[in-house]
Amino acid sequence: MENKVIIQLKNISKSYGDEKVLNDINLSIRDKEFITLLGPSGCGKTTTLRVIAGFVEPDGGDVIFDGKKINDIPPHKRQVNTIFQRYALFPHLNVYENVAFGLRLKKKSEEEIKKTVGEMLELVNLKGFGKRNVDSLSGGQQQRVAIARALANDPKVLLLDEPLSALDLKLRKDMQVELKNIQKEMGITFIYVTHDQEEALSMSDTVVVMDNGMIQQIGTPQEIYNEPKNAFVADFIGESNILDGVMKEDFRAEFSGHTFQCLDKGFGISEEVDVVIRPEDIVVTDYEKGMISGVVTSVTFKGVHFEIIVDIDGFKWMIQTTKEQFVGDRIGLDIDPDSIHIMKKSEYSGRYGDYSTFSDEIEHLSDVTEE
Amino acid sequence: MKKNSLLSKLISAPHIVWAAIFIVVPLVMVVYYAFTDRNGDFTVENIKAMGYYTYVNVFLRSLWYGIIVTVICLVIAYPFAYVISNLAPKTQGTMVMLIMLPMWMSLLLRTYSIMALISDTGIINSFLEAVGIGRIKMINTPFAVILGMVYDFLPFMILPVYSAMTKMDVSLIETAYDLGANKRNVFLKVIIPLSRSGIVSGATMVFVPSVSTFFISQRLGGSKTALIGEIIESLFVKNNNPHLGSAISLVLMVLILICMFVMNRFGDEEEGAVMI
Repeated sequence: MENKVIIQLKNISKSYGDEKVLNDINLSIRDKEFITLLGPSGCGKTTTLRVIAGFVEPDGGDVIFDGKKINDIPPHKRQVNTIFQRYALFPHLNVYENVAFGLRLKKKSEEEIKKTVGEMLELVNLKGFGKRNVDSLSGGQQQRVAIARALANDPKVLLLDEPLSALDLKLRKDMQVELKNIQKEMGITFIYVTHDQEEALSMSDTVVVMDNGMIQQIGTPQEIYNEPKNAFVADFIGESNILDGVMKEDFRAEFSGHTFQCLDKGFGISEEVDVVIRPEDIVVTDYEKGMISGVVTSVTFKGVHFEIIVDIDGFKWMIQTTKEQFVGDRIGLDIDPDSIHIMKKSEYSGRYGDYSTFSDEIEHLSDVTEE
Repeated sequence: MKKNSLLSKLISAPHIVWAAIFIVVPLVMVVYYAFTDRNGDFTVENIKAMGYYTYVNVFLRSLWYGIIVTVICLVIAYPFAYVISNLAPKTQGTMVMLIMLPMWMSLLLRTYSIMALISDTGIINSFLEAVGIGRIKMINTPFAVILGMVYDFLPFMILPVYSAMTKMDVSLIETAYDLGANKRNVFLKVIIPLSRSGIVSGATMVFVPSVSTFFISQRLGGSKTALIGEIIESLFVKNNNPHLGSAISLVLMVLILICMFVMNRFGDEEEGAVMI
């Protein structure tokens, strides 16, 4: 996986008026990598993509492609192609001509065009759709045409701007698998923008979590999930209980009135820290036996498990357990050392990770708001 | 369901009556007059008459002027509409209003104001004389007629083209750049094809009144540039020959229909050509 770096962003910044949309972005993208820019709407992920495509000129910093600075190269001369959120198929052309658009501009021979378009349509499972009018296709099919059209140009890097967000859930899952397969088959770099953390985790080699125009963390999906750098990342990726704690010494953290064994070290003696505990890592036991204990305030059946909210000294924890609990039950909780993750305090501390106002509805609402 | 259809009949009744009285009846009368003589007997002499007289020339001139005016309007309107559609939304509104402003005035007034500008002793010639260049003959020339028509009908080209351009999805233009098109190719392969519907309706709205106008050519053109509209008018009003007038009107209508058909076909064919 240690391919050469193909795109490098160096100290990229961009403002619209007073609003800083990109703040000193530094990022290296390797050849053949599937990298995802993940963050809430307005975090700067799409702007970053547009900087790479050439549609946005950064106020400061350099864009390096294959070792060469490409700041001044216009979009049509860059070896990258973009898949837009709303497909952007040309309505005056049929499927075949849409895919052939870039090839015709390159003045390829009719024979070559026919061959490439055929290959591309086969790649995206749209063989025989060439003569079809693009308006007659379903959303998923239109997105496939957009993918075929971009890949026909033989780009070194494919940029995808929330390509699946307009599709329904089932189709989205299928397309995730398909995109990943296409990326492997073509052996090119994919830079993928999404606000869907599940999508990011399941598809990517590398995830870049962004917020407020800044990169919060870069890592493999597992690193991002298991070792979030701050409260924002911990909260944005999956569910997390984030508590104020104190690092007594290496491997010993105190929170919720109990001192726990943990695997983290290198913090100052008695340093204040954020503690992350994933809901699925908490073991429910009897009230008397638990390391800590509390009262169940809400139970939701989720199929695979129950999602329960437990009040422990006024802090609401989310816990996922397969054993059914009931509201009002007093239960004990055990937490293994390797289930505890300690983070340095950041500007995000105290803003996330308490489930006292939690509801499914709010989650869904925040999913819909888009850039 | 029945109630609904009764209601919709009631609502559409005034429109149907209106259309019958002011569109269908006159049309039937035109056809009736065109194929009858003064005694009311059936005849094709009126249609035949068009071959004899100078009418053929006038017909050709009218069509030719119509084409020229349409092309000039398109050449002016297209870049104009393109520029407006790229302005800030607020400025766009102001610009559209400025384009519509002359249309709030009567066509007569606008034509008279052109006369005041370009007549032999008009504003422009007075100025030219004052600065020592001397007068230029402008009124009663084909130039004057075409100028008048372009001035009067230009908004009818700008507005549909502009509206087609504002409906265009910006991401299509970005996609074209992304796929390797330079500015020229984006314009030729995306912007023009996508605004074609606007061009066709603009061309229709300019061409039809240009071919059939009589007032503009009468005021600005003089006898040498007589257009078919003038002939029809004088046959009805001065020569009291509604039969020949109707026949010419009918032929004009058919010619315009053919032109429209060709124009629409041209649009379709362009699409076909790109597809191959």
